[in-house]
Amino acid sequence: MSRKDATLTLAGLMSRACALEAEAAERYAELADQMVAHNNAEVAGLFDKLARIEGLHRDQILRRMGWSAPPEPDAFRWETPEGPETTDYGELHYLMTPWHALKLAEHNERRAAEFFTSLAAADVEDEVRAEAAEMAAEEREHVRLIQEWLAKVQKPDPAWEQDLDPPNVVD
Amino acid sequence: MSGEAVVHVPGHYKSAVKPVWCPGCGDFGVLNALAKALARMAVAPEDVAVVSGIGCSSRIPAYTSCYGFHGVHGRALPTGTGLKIARPDLTVIVTGGDGDGYSIGGNHFLHACRRNVDLTYIVMDNRVYGMTKGQPSPTTETHWSSKLAPHGTGLSEFHPMAIALASGANFIARGFTGDPNGLADLIVSAVETPGFSFVEVLSPCVTFRPEQKDWKKIVTPGSFTATDDAAEAARRIFTDDGLHLGVLYAGTRPPYGPPIAPAATVPDWLEEVFSL
Repeated sequence: MSRKDATLTLAGLMSRACALEAEAAERYAELADQMVAHNNAEVAGLFDKLARIEGLHRDQILRRMGWSAPPEPDAFRWETPEGPETTDYGELHYLMTPWHALKLAEHNERRAAEFFTSLAAADVEDEVRAEAAEMAAEEREHVRLIQEWLAKVQKPDPAWEQDLDPPNVVD
Repeated sequence: MSGEAVVHVPGHYKSAVKPVWCPGCGDFGVLNALAKALARMAVAPEDVAVVSGIGCSSRIPAYTSCYGFHGVHGRALPTGTGLKIARPDLTVIVTGGDGDGYSIGGNHFLHACRRNVDLTYIVMDNRVYGMTKGQPSPTTETHWSSKLAPHGTGLSEFHPMAIALASGANFIARGFTGDPNGLADLIVSAVETPGFSFVEVLSPCVTFRPEQKDWKKIVTPGSFTATDDAAEAARRIFTDDGLHLGVLYAGTRPPYGPPIAPAATVPDWLEEVFSL
């Protein structure tokens, strides 16, 4: 999506916002399943909670727009490989801690804030700009909340990746 | 039935079976991309068959809601070929890894390209045998050193794209698991191009090849636009560094198929034999 997008309507903006939250929720749910499969129940629970939170954000947008379901997913394409709030599969580790999971969430919220900030700065109608600015402010608030959450979580031990029974052969 | 058109979303193509791949594995991106591609093509899950061999990536049929066949090591392509000939109405997707497809199934790979049956072959290439603890595979770099191959194998790497082109594959592309949307585009093009379509996917193994996590920093998306000029495709294949993504070749060779599509019905005598 171009940063100079005079054709972006309010519905278009909200469909992007909805897709952003829906994709994030689906991915966190997938990541929770991955952690369950590897007996990391603590992080699985955290990803599950993040999935529920993002699902609530998606539902808020649907209610606000009076939509019964998210708009067609292929109505637009992200400029990035996936949505701005979607966790990269490659960032996971089976021994990761809640701190790592929250750092990922913080990164995602920050990217979402940047996404809406760039839309608010684009050549769009005033009502779209105002809504994008509000979305950006909400995402910044989410960053702050995640940071508060992070402050309450124990930082990982430097040897957190050490596995006394590793899957690979070591000397 | 209400008669309303069915809207397919990617989630419809995933089963309730949860993958046991290592967290961080690239194969999650392929499953995601495959589901997106099938949803975009709006093909019903029951009209798709996902066939595989053996290995981490070959577990993928179980994670889809399509028909699946988790077959014999290296024999996914003959199975998929037979299925497509018998049931040309199905969309046949054959999947697997670099060891399964290029070593154990290497000869089948050559002849599947040559036969040019209308199916799509997705290889999740992590340049290692992950399921069996990290042995070098045909695409492992010559000097990749591990406890199982100190100082590397000393062998030249297998070049699947060159082999595919030389053997007659009609569509050749390279994707990356870190870009599931881009990979979904490639899979759609592969399925929609008649004949044998080969999609080589850079799929990091975070357990045995953790350095492959850096692929996301060095791959180059959108590097190629499709060409039907085999000489130009050969130049691309032999001059790129293996990290450029896109469609390297899309030919026009008609696919192989029986002159008259066989009926999918079961003969009466066979039905009687198996009747309960």
